[in-house]
Amino acid sequence: MKPAEHDKEERRLAEERKRIVRDGPKLKGAKLEARLERTWRRPPGFLGWLATVDHKEIGRRYIVTALIFLALGGALALLMRLQLARPDNALIGASRFNELFTMHGSTMMFLFAVPVMEGVAVYIIPLMLGTRSTGFPRLNAFSYYMYLFGGLMLWGAFALNIAPDIGWFAYTPLSGPQFSPGKRADIWAQMITFTEVSALAAAVVLVATILKTRAPGMTLSRMPLFAWAMLVVAAMIIFAMPSVALASSMLISDRLVGTQFYNQFEHGDALLWQHLFWFFGHPEVYIIFLPATGFVSVIVETFCRRPVFAYPVVVLALISTGILAFGLWVHHMFATGLPRVGYSFYTAASMTVAVPTALQIFCWLATMWDGRPRFEVPMLYVVGFIVTFVIGGLSGVIIASVPLDLELHDTYFIVAHFHYVLIGGAVFPLLGILTYWFPKITGRMMNETLGKIGFWTIFLGFQLAFFPMHFAGLLGMPRRVYTYPAGLGLELPNLLSTIGAFVVAASVLLFVVNGLWSLYRGAIAPPNPWDAASLEWATTSPPPVYNFEHIPVVQSRTPLWDEKGELPVVTGLRVDEKETLLTTVVAATPDLREPVPQASLWPFIAAVATGILFIASIFSPWAILFGAIPAAIALTAWFWPKDMKRQPEPVIT
Amino acid sequence: MIGSLQTYQSIFSSAADEVRQFNTLLVIFLVVCAIMYTLVIAFLIAGILRRRRADAHVVENGMHHRQNPLMRTGLIAWGSLVGVGLIALAIASFVADRSLASTSAHERLSITVTANQWWWDIQYNSADVSKTLHTANELHLPVGVPVRITLHSNDVIHSFWVPSLAGKQDLIPGRENDITLVPRKVGIYRGQCAEFCGTQHAHMALVVNVEPYADFIRWWQHQLQPAVAPQTPLALAGYIVVTTGQCAMCHSIAGTPASATVGPDLTHLASRRSLAAGTLPMGKGQLYGWVADPQSVKPGSKMPTIPLEPNQLHAVVAYLETLK
Amino acid sequence: MIRQVRFTDDVADLPTHKFGPSSLTWWGIIGYMVVEGGFFALAFAAYFFLMGHEQGWPPEGRVPPNPLAGTLFTIVILLSEIPNTMIKKAANAHDTERVRALMPIIVAIGAVLLIIRGFEFNSLNVLWFDNAYGSIIWALLLLHTIHILTDWGDTIVLWALMMTPLGFEGRRLVDTDENALYWRYVWLLWIPIYLMIYWVPRL
Ligand code: HEA
Ligand code: HEA
Ligand code: CUA
Ligand SMILES: [Cu+2]
Repeated sequence: MKPAEHDKEERRLAEERKRIVRDGPKLKGAKLEARLERTWRRPPGFLGWLATVDHKEIGRRYIVTALIFLALGGALALLMRLQLARPDNALIGASRFNELFTMHGSTMMFLFAVPVMEGVAVYIIPLMLGTRSTGFPRLNAFSYYMYLFGGLMLWGAFALNIAPDIGWFAYTPLSGPQFSPGKRADIWAQMITFTEVSALAAAVVLVATILKTRAPGMTLSRMPLFAWAMLVVAAMIIFAMPSVALASSMLISDRLVGTQFYNQFEHGDALLWQHLFWFFGHPEVYIIFLPATGFVSVIVETFCRRPVFAYPVVVLALISTGILAFGLWVHHMFATGLPRVGYSFYTAASMTVAVPTALQIFCWLATMWDGRPRFEVPMLYVVGFIVTFVIGGLSGVIIASVPLDLELHDTYFIVAHFHYVLIGGAVFPLLGILTYWFPKITGRMMNETLGKIGFWTIFLGFQLAFFPMHFAGLLGMPRRVYTYPAGLGLELPNLLSTIGAFVVAASVLLFVVNGLWSLYRGAIAPPNPWDAASLEWATTSPPPVYNFEHIPVVQSRTPLWDEKGELPVVTGLRVDEKETLLTTVVAATPDLREPVPQASLWPFIAAVATGILFIASIFSPWAILFGAIPAAIALTAWFWPKDMKRQPEPVIT
Repeated sequence: MIGSLQTYQSIFSSAADEVRQFNTLLVIFLVVCAIMYTLVIAFLIAGILRRRRADAHVVENGMHHRQNPLMRTGLIAWGSLVGVGLIALAIASFVADRSLASTSAHERLSITVTANQWWWDIQYNSADVSKTLHTANELHLPVGVPVRITLHSNDVIHSFWVPSLAGKQDLIPGRENDITLVPRKVGIYRGQCAEFCGTQHAHMALVVNVEPYADFIRWWQHQLQPAVAPQTPLALAGYIVVTTGQCAMCHSIAGTPASATVGPDLTHLASRRSLAAGTLPMGKGQLYGWVADPQSVKPGSKMPTIPLEPNQLHAVVAYLETLK
Repeated sequence: MIRQVRFTDDVADLPTHKFGPSSLTWWGIIGYMVVEGGFFALAFAAYFFLMGHEQGWPPEGRVPPNPLAGTLFTIVILLSEIPNTMIKKAANAHDTERVRALMPIIVAIGAVLLIIRGFEFNSLNVLWFDNAYGSIIWALLLLHTIHILTDWGDTIVLWALMMTPLGFEGRRLVDTDENALYWRYVWLLWIPIYLMIYWVPRL
């Protein structure tokens, strides 16, 4: 381009820049809303639905998909419980049972617990932070589709009777080429690849969103505790997932192209798998648990009518749990014959993680003590959480002791421990927070009576199902057995567990029924039904596509409680194109105006291409080579601007 | 409930030093945990009961940013209490661990257990090679004698676990682990593979017979004998089927041509208490069922179902019954 | 909004691009660098874990890889930092024309590196299925090659984009800056891999 032409171009742009439409005193209220609605809404129709990059739509899909996987995984648990209800039962055979617990564990961990937390965060975090969109909204969409395809592949395989049967941690050499011929183990490993790509994408989205898009004035020390929890969790995903990615890639390559990583006859080592898996697997359980502590903080704050006691302690507890989690993986491997001199060290290390958790629990209880708690359904779930989770945490301390774990490892005592912490520690808060944010998401309240019945049945049913498992373990019942002989005293605990499991299932069903009923018939929610303090309640319920007409300004940790009258906001963002505000990482002072990508089909297409690559590679390593081409094309098209004319200000088309 | 079933396959047992240690330590942990749990629940209930207070620090009266100094002290106290509790538990655990480690110093009996999908190969080692004993799926231990069990695996990872005696150790291909224990009570105990090892992980049990020293030596002497020669025509017919047919491709019977090591040693099969690694109790009927169709008794087992004529089946069972 | 609002600041005059940690994409890139760094760090750990069991490394008395191609690769990739820095500076100075002129150089270097890499695979003296040692060094080399390949592809796409009128947009220059940052990362990662493939087996 010649300089003269260039100058002309610059003049044109300067001219156009003056015509840009921004919010402010001259454009507000209904007119502004209409204008924003036009700019932000996605294309109509099915393709528009696939192309959406709205974090609320994606978050909703994440949550609904994850809940469907909960139901599916739970249905498998019910089958297992039926088989185990009686000794020497012949209802389900050995290999089918092995598929059941593998599918149950993998579905619950990879397709339910982690994604549901990501989904809730993707939905609510931008609203909580007072911004219009997540960072990298297209990556966010891609993340959802990868997750969906991974789940579909696993369950498709189950339908085709090639489901994995190697347990949710797939120990080598059992999962290796020699002892698991066929495709079952490959399906498992590729499901891991899908979910890890998805989780990493979601984690990067969340980190960028939390660090860069907070409302002006929301310094790190004013950030809601749930955002803190998700920041720590996203960082943990970033550090932990590569480990399972590496482990499963090496497993696939052992199976597919004959590498020898885990083959002890060719200088490999079966234990390498366990180290890599648990270096991920242990942080994984806190990746599930910490978002739930964020939920608890949110609920406790709102329902006790005061901010959570000792905010800095809670934040430090979150961070230190996140860091300590990376030092504990060996506690899953106590029986593998580790050097004996290290035993006490591992024990002590595993126990230290109880300290931050204990401090958090104190802070919540102190908030209740100091406040005036209202026991509506979400708060009931918090009480249920404390009563239940602490039992699981304490059984965790018991098994952290090497001499004790050598007896208890791989028994139903462990199964009891982890359901107490997973269901008591993560699912109860989740059900609480879904009740809490249901009006935000749908505009209607969930039915309180059904909610209370649901809480009590799940709480009691849970204890009935899982408390006896401690005894089954002490009476010598190993986990992952499809049957057990009569006469060992295992009949009663197992029967109770089975009855309890059905009560739990009925209560989950009740929760779903309540949700569906309330979606259509529930009372219309007032804008801030629980009189909460954080910004997601500053906009209407459900929120408009652009979240906020103006970006709010924050001056305290509990803005809606402290700003009694008008809400302070900033103005000057474009409204004729999608734009949002970036602020600085620590102090959250306005930093940049950031264009927000328009809806695009390319993330979906890229996910399809990558999905085909992953699935085809189970059948031939060449698929990686040939499959990479369409994936690369899709990714390039994703980033390539669709309009080559320069705009007065950047837009992402 | 617990008392009546004590010892068979349960940690509520005092049949060995190791499990006694375990129980003492467990009680210490349970006491500390119970105290801590009570404190948490008490605080929770207190918080719930106080809720109607008028002077609560809440939004409604604009005092919600006020911090309660009492709670700040409480936080520090709680943190220290938790710290002290954990240190106490860590020390208790350390002490238990040391005293467990001390038995390994003076073992008097050495056994090698090799796990296979889904049975246990057992070898009693002796400096005198002629006294080295090979058997499967049933362990005999002399009471009061420290024993070291060396653990190997021929295929995938398994875990050796006899709850009423001691904690578990994995058997890992390409590695060697060991476990030491001192049985203290005569009795029959059941152990079970504790690491998921494939289809029939549930049926990979092990009988442990802790007996007086003299009985143990008698047992060893007896097991060292080769199999008795078949006495009846029927048993002889069975002998021929077993040693010339497919059985001999996997099993060995000392004193006969059958000497393969793919499956469990059968030399004294009928002297054991169970069949197919704890899948069935030992008995004529069970032998019939097992030999006729192992795949329906223990689906997935590495022992194929071999079609036998009814008279062959009778013969095989008759012969196996003689392997006392 | 559920309440009346009070206007405070106006952000219309804020810029729409900045270099470094202010940029959202910078955080994205750093995020992925940490992910990949973690992946490599764990692969290194696996390497030393496997090595820890062995009497000799390489095991079975095999010949260690021939370091010629690898060393050449190392020299070229280190030299590539010169044009890389120049591009980064040009981008920071909003000098699109200069970026356009320099991009082909870095793309060409990428191509040369990929060719040398082919020879490297040929000089390992072990195949990936021979033993775990072979598997892990092939894995390290392959992982790094994937990084070279994807970054090369990225750079070509970016180059094409810079040649369009959009090359004058500030945000494209930020992209260029961040692409150069990523290239630094790729060669930094190479140094430990180079040592582990070629020199640790000779210790
Ligand atoms: C939400 C998930 C979650 C959480 C939060 C935890 C929390 C903890 N877990 Fe758990 N764990 C799992 C999920 C979780 N776990 C899963 C899924 C497995 C099994 C995987 C598998 O094998 O399939 C497992 C397995 C597992 C093992 C391995 C057992 C085995 O296989 O043999 C161990 C061993 O140390 C352990 C320990 C702990 C500890 C010490 C904590 C601590 O963080 C608990 C801390 C909390 C408290 C202690 C309660 C509150 C504190 C107080 C009231 C203070 C007072 C306490 C004292 C002074 C004692 N866990
Ligand atoms: C967050 C994780 C999570 C959750 C929520 C659960 C929930 C449940 N789990 Fe499990 N579980 C694991 C994670 C989880 N689990 C893991 C990681 C393992 C280890 C796996 C392994 O060893 O590899 C495991 C293993 C495990 C075992 C041990 C298996 C074995 O070792 O042999 C058992 C046995 O009882 C069990 C039971 C249950 C039950 C009864 C529930 C109940 O809470 C389920 C409640 C039921 C529902 C939620 C279903 C509701 C559905 C309906 C009402 C019908 C809908 C109908 C259709 C869709 C058709 N689980
Ligand atoms: Cu062998 Cu489980
Ligand atoms: Cu853990």
